[in-house]
Amino acid sequence: MAVYSTNEFKAGLKIMLDNDPCAIIENEFVKPGKGQAFNRVKIRNLKTGRVIERTFKSGESLEGADVIDVEMQYLYNDGQFRHFMVPDTFEQYQADEKIVGDAGKWLKDQDSCTVTLWNDAPLAISPANFVELTIVETDPGVRGDTSGGGGKPATLDTGAVVRVPLFVQQGEMIKVDTRTGEYVSRVKE
Amino acid sequence: MLQDWQPTCSLELMRLRARMLADIRRFFADRSVLEVETPLLSHSVGTDPQLAFFTTEYCLPPKRQTLFLQTSPEFAMKRLLAAGSGSIYQIGKAFRNGEAGRFHNPEFTMLEWYRVGFNLSQLMDEIADLVAMLFSDRQLAETKRVGYRELFVSLTGLDPLEFFYQDYCAFVEGCGLSEAVGICGHDHATWLDFIFSHKVQPHLGGNTAYMVYGYPACQSSLARINKDNAQVVERVELFINGIELGNGYYELTDAEEQNNRFDKELTVRQQQNLPVSIKDEHLISALKSGLPECSGMAIGLDRLLMLLSKSASIEDVLNFPIHRA
Repeated sequence: MAVYSTNEFKAGLKIMLDNDPCAIIENEFVKPGKGQAFNRVKIRNLKTGRVIERTFKSGESLEGADVIDVEMQYLYNDGQFRHFMVPDTFEQYQADEKIVGDAGKWLKDQDSCTVTLWNDAPLAISPANFVELTIVETDPGVRGDTSGGGGKPATLDTGAVVRVPLFVQQGEMIKVDTRTGEYVSRVKE
Repeated sequence: MLQDWQPTCSLELMRLRARMLADIRRFFADRSVLEVETPLLSHSVGTDPQLAFFTTEYCLPPKRQTLFLQTSPEFAMKRLLAAGSGSIYQIGKAFRNGEAGRFHNPEFTMLEWYRVGFNLSQLMDEIADLVAMLFSDRQLAETKRVGYRELFVSLTGLDPLEFFYQDYCAFVEGCGLSEAVGICGHDHATWLDFIFSHKVQPHLGGNTAYMVYGYPACQSSLARINKDNAQVVERVELFINGIELGNGYYELTDAEEQNNRFDKELTVRQQQNLPVSIKDEHLISALKSGLPECSGMAIGLDRLLMLLSKSASIEDVLNFPIHRA
Protein backbone atom coordinates (compact mmCIF):
# COMPACT_ATOMS: atom_id res chain seq x y z
CA MET A 1 0.00 0.00 0.00
CA ALA A 2 1.14 3.55 -0.74
CA VAL A 3 2.55 5.78 1.97
CA TYR A 4 1.23 9.33 2.34
CA SER A 5 3.08 12.33 3.75
CA THR A 6 1.26 14.95 5.83
CA ASN A 7 1.58 17.19 2.76
CA GLU A 8 -0.72 14.80 0.87
CA PHE A 9 -3.33 14.50 3.62
CA LYS A 10 -6.68 15.77 2.38
CA ALA A 11 -10.33 15.17 3.15
CA GLY A 12 -11.37 11.65 2.16
CA LEU A 13 -7.88 10.08 2.13
CA LYS A 14 -7.91 6.67 3.85
CA ILE A 15 -4.94 5.90 6.07
CA MET A 16 -3.94 3.43 8.79
CA LEU A 17 -3.62 4.84 12.31
CA ASP A 18 -2.99 2.70 15.41
CA ASN A 19 -3.75 -0.37 13.25
CA ASP A 20 -7.23 0.86 12.36
CA PRO A 21 -8.43 2.13 8.98
CA CYS A 22 -9.26 5.83 9.18
CA ALA A 23 -10.41 8.65 6.92
CA ILE A 24 -8.95 12.15 6.98
CA ILE A 25 -11.64 14.79 7.55
CA GLU A 26 -9.52 17.93 7.82
CA ASN A 27 -5.82 18.78 7.70
CA GLU A 28 -4.44 22.07 9.01
CA PHE A 29 -0.82 23.14 8.55
CA VAL A 30 0.39 24.84 11.72
CA LYS A 31 3.76 26.55 11.73
CA PRO A 32 5.13 29.15 14.06
CA GLY A 33 7.16 31.65 12.01
CA LYS A 34 10.35 30.60 13.75
CA GLY A 35 9.50 27.08 14.80
CA GLN A 36 8.64 23.48 14.12
CA ALA A 37 5.87 22.82 11.56
CA PHE A 38 2.98 20.54 12.53
CA ASN A 39 -0.12 19.19 10.86
CA ARG A 40 -3.21 19.15 13.01
CA VAL A 41 -5.47 16.50 11.52
CA LYS A 42 -9.09 15.55 12.15
CA ILE A 43 -9.55 11.83 11.55
CA ARG A 44 -12.51 9.43 11.58
CA ASN A 45 -11.85 5.88 12.71
CA LEU A 46 -13.80 3.85 10.14
CA LYS A 47 -14.22 0.89 12.50
CA THR A 48 -15.70 2.76 15.42
CA GLY A 49 -16.94 5.92 13.70
CA ARG A 50 -15.18 8.02 16.36
CA VAL A 51 -13.60 11.30 15.32
CA ILE A 52 -10.29 12.26 16.88
CA GLU A 53 -7.73 15.03 16.46
CA ARG A 54 -4.08 14.14 16.13
CA THR A 55 -1.00 16.24 15.51
CA PHE A 56 1.88 15.10 13.31
CA LYS A 57 5.28 16.58 12.66
CA SER A 58 5.08 17.96 9.11
CA GLY A 59 6.62 15.57 6.65
CA GLU A 60 5.77 12.47 8.72
CA SER A 61 3.95 9.80 6.76
CA LEU A 62 1.32 7.14 7.28
CA GLU A 63 0.48 4.00 5.38
CA GLY A 64 -2.59 4.19 3.18
CA ALA A 65 -5.57 1.99 4.01
CA ASP A 66 -7.08 -0.24 1.33
CA VAL A 67 -10.59 1.03 1.85
CA ILE A 68 -13.18 1.38 -0.93
CA ASP A 69 -16.91 1.95 -1.14
CA VAL A 70 -18.79 -0.52 -3.36
CA GLU A 71 -22.45 -0.39 -4.40
CA MET A 72 -23.98 -3.79 -3.62
CA GLN A 73 -27.33 -5.48 -3.52
CA TYR A 74 -28.54 -6.72 -0.15
CA LEU A 75 -29.53 -10.38 -0.49
CA TYR A 76 -30.70 -11.90 2.80
CA ASN A 77 -30.10 -12.45 6.50
CA ASP A 78 -29.21 -16.04 7.51
CA GLY A 79 -29.61 -15.26 11.20
CA GLN A 80 -25.90 -14.85 11.77
CA PHE A 81 -24.71 -12.92 8.71
CA ARG A 82 -26.19 -10.52 6.22
CA HIS A 83 -25.24 -11.29 2.64
CA PHE A 84 -24.45 -8.77 -0.11
CA MET A 85 -23.64 -9.09 -3.81
CA VAL A 86 -21.83 -6.92 -6.35
CA PRO A 87 -24.39 -6.77 -9.20
CA ASP A 88 -21.82 -6.74 -12.03
CA THR A 89 -19.61 -9.60 -10.86
CA PHE A 90 -22.03 -11.59 -8.66
CA GLU A 91 -19.26 -11.59 -6.06
CA GLN A 92 -20.74 -12.07 -2.59
CA TYR A 93 -19.78 -10.73 0.83
CA GLN A 94 -21.10 -11.41 4.32
CA ALA A 95 -21.17 -9.12 7.37
CA ASP A 96 -22.24 -9.76 10.96
CA GLU A 97 -24.55 -7.50 12.98
CA LYS A 98 -21.60 -5.70 14.59
CA ILE A 99 -20.52 -4.44 11.18
CA VAL A 100 -24.02 -3.87 9.83
CA GLY A 101 -25.01 -1.91 12.96
CA ASP A 102 -27.84 0.59 12.61
CA ALA A 103 -27.97 0.16 8.84
CA GLY A 104 -29.64 -3.24 9.40
CA LYS A 105 -33.04 -1.78 10.14
CA TRP A 106 -33.22 -0.17 6.67
CA LEU A 107 -32.07 -3.16 4.60
CA LYS A 108 -34.74 -4.84 2.48
CA ASP A 109 -33.95 -7.81 0.25
CA GLN A 110 -32.81 -6.74 -3.24
CA ASP A 111 -32.27 -3.08 -2.26
CA SER A 112 -28.98 -1.36 -3.07
CA CYS A 113 -26.63 -0.13 -0.38
CA THR A 114 -23.01 0.91 0.00
CA VAL A 115 -20.58 -1.59 1.48
CA THR A 116 -17.25 -0.18 2.67
CA LEU A 117 -14.55 -2.81 2.14
CA TRP A 118 -11.24 -2.85 4.02
CA ASN A 119 -8.74 -5.33 2.59
CA ASP A 120 -11.68 -6.79 0.68
CA ALA A 121 -13.76 -7.47 3.83
CA PRO A 122 -16.85 -5.45 4.83
CA LEU A 123 -16.06 -2.72 7.34
CA ALA A 124 -19.32 -0.77 7.36
CA ILE A 125 -22.69 -0.69 5.59
CA SER A 126 -24.54 2.47 4.59
CA PRO A 127 -28.14 2.23 3.41
CA ALA A 128 -29.41 4.38 0.53
CA ASN A 129 -30.42 7.88 1.70
CA PHE A 130 -34.06 7.10 0.90
CA VAL A 131 -35.71 3.69 1.19
CA GLU A 132 -39.26 2.55 0.44
CA LEU A 133 -40.66 0.18 3.05
CA THR A 134 -44.06 -1.29 3.95
CA ILE A 135 -45.89 -0.65 7.22
CA VAL A 136 -46.58 -3.97 8.92
CA GLU A 137 -48.11 -2.57 12.07
CA THR A 138 -49.64 0.74 13.17
CA ASP A 139 -52.74 1.95 15.02
CA PRO A 140 -55.74 2.71 12.79
CA GLY A 141 -55.74 6.40 11.82
CA VAL A 142 -58.28 8.96 12.86
CA ARG A 143 -60.84 9.62 10.13
CA GLY A 144 -60.54 12.95 8.37
CA ASP A 145 -57.02 13.70 9.58
CA THR A 146 -54.93 14.76 6.63
CA SER A 147 -52.12 16.70 8.23
CA GLY A 148 -48.97 15.78 10.13
CA GLY A 149 -49.56 17.08 13.66
CA GLY A 150 -48.39 14.52 16.20
CA GLY A 151 -48.39 11.31 14.25
CA LYS A 152 -48.03 7.75 15.51
CA PRO A 153 -45.40 5.02 15.52
CA ALA A 154 -45.37 2.51 12.67
CA THR A 155 -43.36 -0.70 12.42
CA LEU A 156 -41.91 -1.38 8.97
CA ASP A 157 -41.19 -4.70 7.25
CA THR A 158 -37.48 -4.42 8.12
CA GLY A 159 -38.23 -3.96 11.82
CA ALA A 160 -37.57 -0.21 11.89
CA VAL A 161 -40.04 1.98 13.77
CA VAL A 162 -40.74 5.48 12.42
CA ARG A 163 -43.30 8.17 13.23
CA VAL A 164 -45.89 8.56 10.49
CA PRO A 165 -48.90 10.92 10.11
CA LEU A 166 -52.20 9.65 11.48
CA PHE A 167 -53.75 9.14 8.02
CA VAL A 168 -51.14 6.59 6.94
CA GLN A 169 -52.45 3.03 7.22
CA GLN A 170 -51.10 -0.45 7.85
CA GLY A 171 -50.07 -2.18 4.59
CA GLU A 172 -49.10 1.07 2.86
CA MET A 173 -45.64 1.68 1.46
CA ILE A 174 -43.78 4.79 2.65
CA LYS A 175 -40.57 6.62 1.80
CA VAL A 176 -38.13 7.20 4.69
CA ASP A 177 -34.94 9.29 4.98
CA THR A 178 -32.41 6.89 6.56
CA ARG A 179 -30.10 9.72 7.67
CA THR A 180 -32.73 11.18 10.00
CA GLY A 181 -35.03 8.17 10.36
CA GLU A 182 -37.95 10.40 9.35
CA TYR A 183 -41.03 9.69 7.24
CA VAL A 184 -40.97 11.55 3.91
CA SER A 185 -44.14 10.56 2.03
CA ARG A 186 -46.46 7.79 0.99
CA VAL A 187 -45.45 5.84 -2.08
CA LYS A 188 -48.09 5.39 -4.78
CA GLU A 189 -48.00 1.83 -6.09
CA MET B 1 -12.65 25.56 -20.39
CA LEU B 2 -10.39 25.58 -17.36
CA GLN B 3 -11.38 28.17 -14.77
CA ASP B 4 -7.94 28.08 -13.16
CA TRP B 5 -6.76 31.17 -15.05
CA GLN B 6 -8.92 33.35 -12.84
CA PRO B 7 -7.73 34.95 -9.59
CA THR B 8 -8.93 33.39 -6.33
CA CYS B 9 -9.16 36.88 -4.85
CA SER B 10 -12.20 39.14 -5.28
CA LEU B 11 -11.93 42.59 -6.86
CA GLU B 12 -12.98 44.07 -3.54
CA LEU B 13 -10.03 42.43 -1.79
CA MET B 14 -7.60 43.57 -4.49
CA ARG B 15 -8.73 47.12 -3.69
CA LEU B 16 -8.43 46.52 0.04
CA ARG B 17 -4.85 45.34 -0.49
CA ALA B 18 -3.99 48.48 -2.47
CA ARG B 19 -5.48 50.65 0.28
CA MET B 20 -3.61 48.73 3.00
CA LEU B 21 -0.30 49.20 1.15
CA ALA B 22 -0.97 52.93 0.69
CA ASP B 23 -1.87 53.28 4.40
CA ILE B 24 1.33 51.55 5.48
CA ARG B 25 3.47 53.72 3.17
CA ARG B 26 1.84 56.87 4.53
CA PHE B 27 2.33 55.66 8.12
CA PHE B 28 6.07 55.31 7.62
CA ALA B 29 6.43 58.41 5.46
CA ASP B 30 4.83 60.45 8.27
CA ARG B 31 7.50 59.08 10.61
CA SER B 32 10.34 59.73 8.18
CA VAL B 33 11.18 56.05 7.77
CA LEU B 34 12.79 55.48 4.37
CA GLU B 35 11.36 52.93 1.96
CA VAL B 36 14.05 50.65 0.50
CA GLU B 37 14.38 47.65 -1.81
CA THR B 38 16.80 44.76 -1.44
CA PRO B 39 17.43 41.73 -3.70
CA LEU B 40 15.18 38.67 -3.69
CA LEU B 41 18.02 36.67 -5.27
CA SER B 42 21.11 36.29 -3.16
CA HIS B 43 24.35 34.34 -2.76
CA SER B 44 23.54 33.45 0.83
CA VAL B 45 20.39 32.70 2.77
CA GLY B 46 19.03 32.30 6.29
CA THR B 47 20.49 29.39 8.27
CA ASP B 48 17.45 28.77 10.51
CA PRO B 49 16.83 24.99 10.35
CA GLN B 50 13.06 25.63 10.54
CA LEU B 51 13.03 27.65 7.33
CA ALA B 52 13.28 25.84 4.02
CA PHE B 53 14.52 27.95 1.11
CA PHE B 54 14.26 27.85 -2.68
CA THR B 55 17.40 27.59 -4.74
CA THR B 56 17.82 28.64 -8.32
CA GLU B 57 20.53 28.54 -10.95
CA TYR B 58 22.30 31.65 -12.21
CA CYS B 59 23.83 31.00 -15.65
CA LEU B 60 26.36 33.36 -17.16
CA PRO B 61 28.38 30.95 -19.34
CA PRO B 62 30.79 29.55 -18.53
CA LYS B 63 29.77 30.43 -14.97
CA ARG B 64 26.97 28.58 -13.22
CA GLN B 65 26.06 29.50 -9.70
CA THR B 66 23.45 28.56 -7.14
CA LEU B 67 21.47 31.51 -5.84
CA PHE B 68 18.81 31.59 -3.15
CA LEU B 69 15.41 33.24 -2.97
CA GLN B 70 15.20 35.23 0.24
CA THR B 71 13.26 33.84 3.22
CA SER B 72 13.27 37.41 4.59
CA PRO B 73 14.97 40.70 3.66
CA GLU B 74 16.56 40.92 7.12
CA PHE B 75 20.25 40.48 6.27
CA ALA B 76 20.27 42.90 3.36
CA MET B 77 18.37 45.51 5.35
CA LYS B 78 20.84 45.23 8.23
CA ARG B 79 23.67 45.88 5.76
CA LEU B 80 21.87 49.09 4.82
CA LEU B 81 21.55 50.02 8.49
CA ALA B 82 25.26 49.38 9.03
CA ALA B 83 25.95 51.60 6.01
CA GLY B 84 24.16 54.47 7.74
CA SER B 85 20.71 54.37 6.12
CA GLY B 86 18.87 55.35 9.30
CA SER B 87 15.40 53.88 9.95
CA ILE B 88 14.11 51.93 6.95
CA TYR B 89 11.17 49.81 5.83
CA GLN B 90 10.45 47.49 2.95
CA ILE B 91 7.36 45.90 1.46
CA GLY B 92 8.40 42.90 -0.59
CA LYS B 93 8.13 39.23 -1.34
CA ALA B 94 9.64 36.46 0.77
CA PHE B 95 9.84 32.76 -0.10
CA ARG B 96 9.59 29.73 2.16
CA ASN B 97 9.71 26.28 0.68
CA GLY B 98 7.23 23.60 1.73
CA GLU B 99 4.83 25.97 3.45
CA ALA B 100 1.28 25.70 2.18
CA GLY B 101 -2.00 25.72 4.05
CA ARG B 102 -4.85 27.90 5.16
CA PHE B 103 -2.39 30.47 6.53
CA HIS B 104 0.63 29.77 4.32
CA ASN B 105 1.65 30.29 0.73
CA PRO B 106 5.30 29.60 -0.20
CA GLU B 107 5.56 33.09 -1.74
CA PHE B 108 4.12 35.86 0.39
CA THR B 109 4.31 39.59 1.01
CA MET B 110 6.17 40.91 3.99
CA LEU B 111 6.47 44.28 5.64
CA GLU B 112 9.77 44.63 7.44
CA TRP B 113 11.05 47.70 9.24
CA TYR B 114 13.96 48.78 11.41
CA ARG B 115 14.06 51.69 13.82
CA VAL B 116 17.45 53.03 14.73
CA GLY B 117 17.74 53.86 18.44
CA PHE B 118 14.54 51.98 19.41
CA ASN B 119 14.51 49.35 22.13
CA LEU B 120 11.87 46.59 22.17
CA SER B 121 9.42 48.62 24.22
CA GLN B 122 9.57 51.56 21.80
CA LEU B 123 9.14 49.14 18.90
CA MET B 124 6.03 47.72 20.58
CA ASP B 125 4.61 51.24 20.88
CA GLU B 126 5.03 51.65 17.14
CA ILE B 127 3.52 48.23 16.35
CA ALA B 128 0.49 49.19 18.44
CA ASP B 129 0.19 52.50 16.52
CA LEU B 130 0.39 50.70 13.18
CA VAL B 131 -2.25 48.14 14.21
CA ALA B 132 -4.52 50.91 15.52
CA MET B 133 -4.19 52.81 12.23
CA LEU B 134 -4.88 49.73 10.07
CA PHE B 135 -7.87 48.60 12.11
CA SER B 136 -9.20 52.11 12.78
CA ASP B 137 -12.55 51.52 11.08
CA ARG B 138 -12.92 48.00 12.48
CA GLN B 139 -13.75 46.67 15.92
CA LEU B 140 -10.46 45.86 17.59
CA ALA B 141 -9.64 46.35 21.23
CA GLU B 142 -6.45 48.15 22.24
CA THR B 143 -3.26 46.14 21.78
CA LYS B 144 -2.22 44.21 24.88
CA ARG B 145 1.33 43.38 25.94
CA VAL B 146 1.97 40.16 27.74
CA GLY B 147 5.18 38.43 28.80
CA TYR B 148 5.75 34.99 27.24
CA ARG B 149 6.51 33.34 30.56
CA GLU B 150 3.56 34.87 32.42
CA LEU B 151 1.19 33.89 29.58
CA PHE B 152 2.56 30.36 29.29
CA VAL B 153 2.39 29.73 33.03
CA SER B 154 -1.15 31.08 33.33
CA LEU B 155 -2.50 28.85 30.54
CA THR B 156 -0.50 25.66 31.13
CA GLY B 157 0.95 25.79 34.63
CA LEU B 158 4.34 24.98 33.05
CA ASP B 159 7.47 27.10 33.26
CA PRO B 160 8.67 27.70 29.68
CA LEU B 161 12.13 28.75 30.80
CA GLU B 162 12.95 25.53 32.65
CA PHE B 163 12.64 22.24 30.84
CA PHE B 164 11.14 19.66 33.21
CA TYR B 165 10.55 16.75 30.84
CA GLN B 166 8.21 14.82 33.16
CA ASP B 167 6.00 17.87 33.78
CA TYR B 168 5.77 18.62 30.07
CA CYS B 169 4.80 14.98 29.35
CA ALA B 170 2.21 14.92 32.15
CA PHE B 171 0.67 18.15 30.79
CA VAL B 172 0.16 16.86 27.23
CA GLU B 173 -1.12 13.48 28.47
CA GLY B 174 -3.63 15.41 30.56
CA CYS B 175 -5.02 17.29 27.57
CA GLY B 176 -5.17 14.38 25.13
CA LEU B 177 -2.10 15.37 23.13
CA SER B 178 0.17 12.48 24.09
CA GLU B 179 1.56 12.33 20.52
CA ALA B 180 3.67 15.35 21.55
CA VAL B 181 5.97 13.05 23.53
CA GLY B 182 7.04 11.26 20.35
CA ILE B 183 7.18 14.42 18.23
CA CYS B 184 9.16 16.59 20.63
CA GLY B 185 11.50 14.06 22.21
CA HIS B 186 13.89 15.87 24.52
CA ASP B 187 14.05 19.07 22.50
CA HIS B 188 12.92 21.99 24.65
CA ALA B 189 12.32 24.35 21.70
CA THR B 190 10.07 21.85 19.90
CA TRP B 191 8.09 21.28 23.11
CA LEU B 192 7.54 25.02 23.42
CA ASP B 193 6.45 25.26 19.77
CA PHE B 194 4.02 22.37 20.25
CA ILE B 195 2.46 23.56 23.48
CA PHE B 196 2.35 27.20 22.41
CA SER B 197 0.64 26.37 19.07
CA HIS B 198 -1.90 24.04 20.65
CA LYS B 199 -2.63 25.45 24.06
CA VAL B 200 -1.56 29.10 24.17
CA GLN B 201 -2.00 30.67 20.76
CA PRO B 202 -5.73 29.77 20.46
CA HIS B 203 -6.32 31.99 23.52
CA LEU B 204 -4.80 35.06 21.88
CA GLY B 205 -8.09 36.02 20.25
CA GLY B 206 -11.24 37.85 21.19
CA ASN B 207 -10.75 40.74 18.77
CA THR B 208 -7.66 41.87 20.63
CA ALA B 209 -4.13 42.28 19.31
CA TYR B 210 -1.55 40.70 21.60
CA MET B 211 2.15 41.44 21.67
CA VAL B 212 3.91 38.56 23.37
CA TYR B 213 7.44 39.52 24.41
CA GLY B 214 10.39 38.04 26.25
CA TYR B 215 10.81 34.69 24.49
CA PRO B 216 12.84 31.85 26.04
CA ALA B 217 16.49 31.96 25.01
CA CYS B 218 16.23 28.62 23.17
CA GLN B 219 13.97 30.43 20.66
CA SER B 220 16.35 33.29 20.12
CA SER B 221 17.23 33.47 16.40
CA LEU B 222 18.56 36.99 15.87
CA ALA B 223 17.33 38.65 19.03
CA ARG B 224 19.55 39.96 21.75
CA ILE B 225 19.67 38.38 25.20
CA ASN B 226 17.88 40.33 27.95
CA LYS B 227 20.48 42.12 30.05
CA ASP B 228 18.76 41.27 33.36
CA ASN B 229 17.79 37.68 32.62
CA ALA B 230 19.93 35.53 30.34
CA GLN B 231 17.11 32.96 29.96
CA VAL B 232 15.05 35.47 28.01
CA VAL B 233 15.57 37.19 24.65
CA GLU B 234 14.31 40.57 23.46
CA ARG B 235 11.80 39.20 20.99
CA VAL B 236 8.16 40.10 20.35
CA GLU B 237 5.45 38.30 18.40
CA LEU B 238 2.18 39.87 17.28
CA PHE B 239 -1.06 37.88 17.36
CA ILE B 240 -4.54 38.97 16.32
CA ASN B 241 -7.50 36.65 16.74
CA GLY B 242 -5.17 33.72 17.40
CA ILE B 243 -3.23 34.26 14.17
CA GLU B 244 0.52 34.86 14.27
CA LEU B 245 1.14 38.04 12.29
CA GLY B 246 4.73 38.99 12.87
CA ASN B 247 7.96 38.81 14.75
CA GLY B 248 10.32 41.47 16.03
CA TYR B 249 13.64 41.77 17.83
CA TYR B 250 15.80 44.17 19.69
CA GLU B 251 18.50 43.32 17.21
CA LEU B 252 21.68 41.49 17.94
CA THR B 253 24.63 43.73 17.00
CA ASP B 254 27.45 41.49 18.19
CA ALA B 255 29.22 40.11 15.08
CA GLU B 256 30.89 37.28 16.96
CA GLU B 257 27.70 36.15 18.67
CA GLN B 258 25.89 36.31 15.31
CA ASN B 259 28.60 34.24 13.65
CA ASN B 260 28.37 31.62 16.42
CA ARG B 261 24.60 31.36 16.04
CA PHE B 262 24.97 30.92 12.27
CA ASP B 263 27.54 28.15 12.78
CA LYS B 264 25.37 26.45 15.38
CA GLU B 265 22.41 26.46 12.99
CA LEU B 266 24.55 25.21 10.12
CA THR B 267 25.63 22.27 12.29
CA VAL B 268 22.00 21.48 13.15
CA ARG B 269 21.16 21.59 9.42
CA GLN B 270 23.96 19.13 8.76
CA GLN B 271 22.83 16.79 11.56
CA GLN B 272 19.26 16.82 10.27
CA ASN B 273 20.35 16.28 6.66
CA LEU B 274 18.74 19.53 5.58
CA PRO B 275 19.83 21.36 2.41
CA VAL B 276 23.10 23.21 2.88
CA SER B 277 22.69 26.90 3.54
CA ILE B 278 25.41 29.47 2.98
CA LYS B 279 25.82 31.96 5.79
CA ASP B 280 25.84 35.62 4.95
CA GLU B 281 29.45 36.75 5.36
CA HIS B 282 28.38 40.21 4.17
CA LEU B 283 26.14 40.49 7.22
CA ILE B 284 28.95 39.41 9.56
CA SER B 285 31.23 42.04 7.98
CA ALA B 286 28.49 44.66 8.31
CA LEU B 287 28.03 43.81 11.99
CA LYS B 288 31.79 44.04 12.49
CA SER B 289 31.85 47.48 10.95
CA GLY B 290 29.01 48.40 13.30
CA LEU B 291 25.24 47.95 13.27
CA PRO B 292 23.55 50.84 15.08
CA GLU B 293 21.41 49.95 18.09
CA CYS B 294 18.01 49.17 16.56
CA SER B 295 14.83 47.14 16.73
CA GLY B 296 13.11 45.52 13.78
CA MET B 297 9.77 43.93 13.00
CA ALA B 298 8.35 41.80 10.16
CA ILE B 299 4.64 41.38 9.48
CA GLY B 300 3.00 39.04 6.98
CA LEU B 301 0.75 41.31 4.94
CA ASP B 302 -1.36 38.55 3.39
CA ARG B 303 -2.41 37.38 6.84
CA LEU B 304 -3.02 40.96 7.89
CA LEU B 305 -5.32 41.28 4.90
CA MET B 306 -7.08 38.05 5.93
CA LEU B 307 -7.79 39.64 9.31
CA LEU B 308 -8.89 42.96 7.83
CA SER B 309 -11.33 41.15 5.54
CA LYS B 310 -12.23 38.29 7.91
CA SER B 311 -11.16 35.79 5.23
CA ALA B 312 -10.90 32.12 6.15
CA SER B 313 -8.03 31.25 3.83
CA ILE B 314 -4.95 32.98 2.48
CA GLU B 315 -6.20 32.05 -1.01
CA ASP B 316 -9.01 34.55 -0.58
CA VAL B 317 -6.53 37.42 -0.41
CA LEU B 318 -4.00 36.27 -3.04
CA ASN B 319 -4.66 36.74 -6.73
CA PHE B 320 -2.83 33.59 -7.70
CA PRO B 321 -1.91 31.21 -4.86
CA ILE B 322 0.83 28.69 -5.63
CA HIS B 323 -1.41 26.15 -7.39
CA ARG B 324 -2.55 28.80 -9.86
CA ALA B 325 0.74 30.67 -10.10
